[in-house]
Amino acid sequence: MKARFLIPLVIFLVLVVFLAIGLTRDPRDVPSVLINKEAPVISLPSLYDESQIVSSETMKGRVWLVNVWGTWCPECWREHDFLMYLKNEGVPIVGIDWRDDSDDAKKMLAQQGNPFIAVGIDPESKAVMDWGVYGAPETFLIDKKGFIRWKHTGGLNAELWRNELKPLMAQLEAE
Amino acid sequence: MIPELGHIALILALCMALVQSIIPLVGAHKGIASWVAVAKPAAQANLLFMVIAYGCLTYSFLVHDFSVSYVAHNSNTALPTLYLISGVWGAHEGSLLFWALTLSLWTGAVTVFSRSVPDVMVARVVGVMGLVTVGFLLFMLLTSNPFERLINVPAEGRELNPLLQDPGLAIHPPMLYMGYVGFSVAFAFAIAAMLGGRLDAAWARWSRPWTNVAWVFLTLGIALGSWWAYYELGWGGWWFWDPVENASFMPWIVGTALMHSLAVTEKRGAFKAWTVLLAIFAFSLSLLGTFLVRSGVLTSVHAFATDPSRGVFILIFLGTVIGGSLLLYSWRAAQIKSTVKFDIVSRETGLLLNNVILVVTACSVLLGTLYPLILDALGAGKISVGPPYFNSVFVPLTVPLAFLVGIGALMRWKQDDGQKLFKRLIPHFVISVALGLIAPAVFAPTYSLGAALGVGLATWIILTSTQWLLDRNTAGRGLLQTIRNTPRGGWGMLFGHAGIAIFIIGVSLTSIYSVEKDVRLEPGQDYELGGYVFHFQGVENFRGPNYVGAKGTINISKDGEHVVTVSPEKRNYSTGMPMTEAGIDAGLTRDLFVALGEPLGDDGAWAVRLYHKPFVRWIWLGCIFMSLGGLLAASDRRYFKLARKTRLAENESTVGAA
Repeated sequence: MKARFLIPLVIFLVLVVFLAIGLTRDPRDVPSVLINKEAPVISLPSLYDESQIVSSETMKGRVWLVNVWGTWCPECWREHDFLMYLKNEGVPIVGIDWRDDSDDAKKMLAQQGNPFIAVGIDPESKAVMDWGVYGAPETFLIDKKGFIRWKHTGGLNAELWRNELKPLMAQLEAE
Repeated sequence: MIPELGHIALILALCMALVQSIIPLVGAHKGIASWVAVAKPAAQANLLFMVIAYGCLTYSFLVHDFSVSYVAHNSNTALPTLYLISGVWGAHEGSLLFWALTLSLWTGAVTVFSRSVPDVMVARVVGVMGLVTVGFLLFMLLTSNPFERLINVPAEGRELNPLLQDPGLAIHPPMLYMGYVGFSVAFAFAIAAMLGGRLDAAWARWSRPWTNVAWVFLTLGIALGSWWAYYELGWGGWWFWDPVENASFMPWIVGTALMHSLAVTEKRGAFKAWTVLLAIFAFSLSLLGTFLVRSGVLTSVHAFATDPSRGVFILIFLGTVIGGSLLLYSWRAAQIKSTVKFDIVSRETGLLLNNVILVVTACSVLLGTLYPLILDALGAGKISVGPPYFNSVFVPLTVPLAFLVGIGALMRWKQDDGQKLFKRLIPHFVISVALGLIAPAVFAPTYSLGAALGVGLATWIILTSTQWLLDRNTAGRGLLQTIRNTPRGGWGMLFGHAGIAIFIIGVSLTSIYSVEKDVRLEPGQDYELGGYVFHFQGVENFRGPNYVGAKGTINISKDGEHVVTVSPEKRNYSTGMPMTEAGIDAGLTRDLFVALGEPLGDDGAWAVRLYHKPFVRWIWLGCIFMSLGGLLAASDRRYFKLARKTRLAENESTVGAA
């Protein structure tokens, strides 16, 4: 076997190594930069009364969740029941209704229950851009000082709650 | 029920693919005729189950079965039927199903149209394609099942990505996939030839028409994508060097090199090892494209929703297929003894240069595409490589290539007389240079050396191609007779090269002479651009089937004469994603292009983007010519004749061996 015929194979193997390293990194994982940083200020008109402002200021000193959702998002419908469960557990959740029709959103919350303590509407992705959201649902955990401590892309579920979110929230409450 | 049937069909297709790959390959290796005979029926059964699976998913879309997760995520009841059908390949799982279906279609085609190829060879080809099918079906069934059900059935589905709701883009992915996957045939022939230990001219002859057809699909697919980007994105651009565009462009470049290299291997028996390597590269780059799009290692407007486990799977698959092929190559290629000699002035040299330039081009595109990823992996930070890199690398490489197009075809095989060739070419060269230098001065608003280069190169290609045709006019035959006697392969080359000339004109003149303006226009206001007056009448709101839109009306006139009225649109789909439909008046020598920006203030004023783009149509016209060339070459009669002859000889030798 002549060595020169192995050259393509060797080059390819080097490429595979780089691709494998590339896989372990997420080029979209820009929001991870936000973790342990101060949360962007939310200041959005309320779903139920657009003259009212839903603001993150009122949440200072509490451990709370921001949930980005929309009626157009099937994964959000799936997540909804679990959010209701979290509400009963006493978790404060502020919803951001993203790129949505307000009437549809109100109808969905009326039919399936409203897990949120307040819902801001963001039809033009103004706030959502600051948070680096690229899909719904997405959830952020904010601590008492207003820092983002955890985030999850995709629907929340019992397993995540048990293994990650609940212990972390208990720890943050104690801080 | 239907989705479960589809799921079962998919599993059965996997079983058939396993049969299709293992039994014929072992049979061919051990010389068991009955095992070899399994190849064709197994491949056809695999195709049947794939069609059933695909039909089931399409049916689920048509009846709005939102209990299927994929259907709920990618369609809703308001979606027009056309986009229900094209929605099937609109996202990751479905497009993967489509990919696998395409692979089965190509395999099926091989079993039907290769009656003239020896059975052992067909068995190996089908077997290799079966192995690739197994990989894709496993990928689908293990990580991305399109038939997955939702536990809570939603009442309404989500919106299909509005970008895909356009007839041009609806057929763009199928064309691309046909091209991508089509290279698997040339790949399988190369691997089969290596497995059989017979790397001669025969495999090259068999795979040439397949490669041409795959290349035609890829050319059309890329052209459609570019055309779509032009009228839909509203930026007036036609190519953006986006990683996913590059993912389709790299196999195209290498495929082009492969077509030329196959010619040398078939006609002269030279470049044997190199051609095999190119066949492996072309398909590997198709697979790499799939990996880049679906694994999420690169960001792009095209990237599908990603999931690391999928990335790992594709990477392992990629490593097995490409690594295995290259290992086989390193073993077999070393055994090839090439005894073919050729002079420095010969068509072989021309085609070698063609190959070298094309492969270097493909490598630089690959480097530019992967550079951000490599830097990130080395911990050097996140960067992005944009059009400046690609343009500065691409142009210097393609200019000599275009120049070579003219010379290469005129050179003789084996050896040519350099002086004679020079004498024949010099008049064409002088005319091309003169025309190139004069044309911009006469016709263009401003003089540009780039335009002179473009026109000169295009003239050069056209003139030398005509010379090639005239050179066939020997022994006192009339021109008409010459035209009739020129084989389709020859016409294919002429059309392909003419396509390049047209393409060069389009690219150079558009990129140099386009003018664009972003202006604020109030209803009733005029704006002049490129000699045309754009009169803005205003914008009206309207409601489409699944979006609300604003439609502008702009009257365009020249020298006081009304030319055309265009109606650009701005649409808001229910996902909130705004889409631009540009208003375009297409013309052979210029496009007038109007896109709506944002409304400004309350008096009906809008930000409007106006373009005057000379010769932009020629870009796609060139692609159409190239595709025609590919089709003509693929339909050359001699493939059928020669292949039949080989079969007779082969069958005798197989019988003798057994």
